[in-house]
Amino acid sequence: MINRLTDALSFQTEALVLRSERQRLISGNIANADTPGYVARDFDFAQALREATAAAPATGADAGAGAGARRASAVLRYAAPSQTNLDGNSVDMDRERAAFADNSVKYEATLRFINGSVRTMLDAMRSHHGG
Amino acid sequence: MSMFKVFDISGSAASAQSQRLNTVASNLANADTVAGPDGKAYKARQVVFQTELMGAGGALGADGSAGVRVTTVREDDTPGRRVHDPKHPGADADGYVTYSNVSAIEEMVNMISASRSYQNNIEVMNTAKGLLLKTLQMGQ
Repeated sequence: MINRLTDALSFQTEALVLRSERQRLISGNIANADTPGYVARDFDFAQALREATAAAPATGADAGAGAGARRASAVLRYAAPSQTNLDGNSVDMDRERAAFADNSVKYEATLRFINGSVRTMLDAMRSHHGG
Repeated sequence: MSMFKVFDISGSAASAQSQRLNTVASNLANADTVAGPDGKAYKARQVVFQTELMGAGGALGADGSAGVRVTTVREDDTPGRRVHDPKHPGADADGYVTYSNVSAIEEMVNMISASRSYQNNIEVMNTAKGLLLKTLQMGQ
């Protein structure tokens, strides 16, 4: 029974976890902006979310473990350097900053979606008492 | 929660950048140092950065968080500039004074770059902190 309540949130939960994963990757790229030989990494968010939510047996106790395994298999891609660098570093600071800002906003948006769904459910529960 | 690792990553980078800034300060302070009685002048120092893997597996896998650490502090071996000044107390037998090999321009550029990178990492940490605090309020 409680699954029906949480199922509505599971998509947003996957999205939130992937967003935080991407935030960590981008911050790693920004941290290594001056490291010789470092290659910037990122993953395709849409594809990762599709893989995380597609084959989702979202019911049952092993749903969490399954999601973790699927997330781990998200393919990391190396960013193609836009300008060649003598020390072999391919971090494009403009691109990383833009991706970072974009990801932060979308993380917050996902949070608000979750909060909205939770509020909707709470309202639905309360309406019985009120009216 | 992988977002907490952002603090480890950006923290290691900020620490590495501040060590770089320290080295620049030391170089600039010694920019006009002359050779002592042993004939050896101050040599410019440069930090060498390396990616530090913080993930559980230690490989560049899905969990390979990439921090930064300073591996070595390298000394610049180019000879320092020599100035003919026989009246200088530090002059050698030929009347030449050996100064340190610090290039003030290079150090200033290095300083600006280190300072910008430091600011970037602090900003990343601030953003992560804001997002985590908002995550704590989820469902309220």
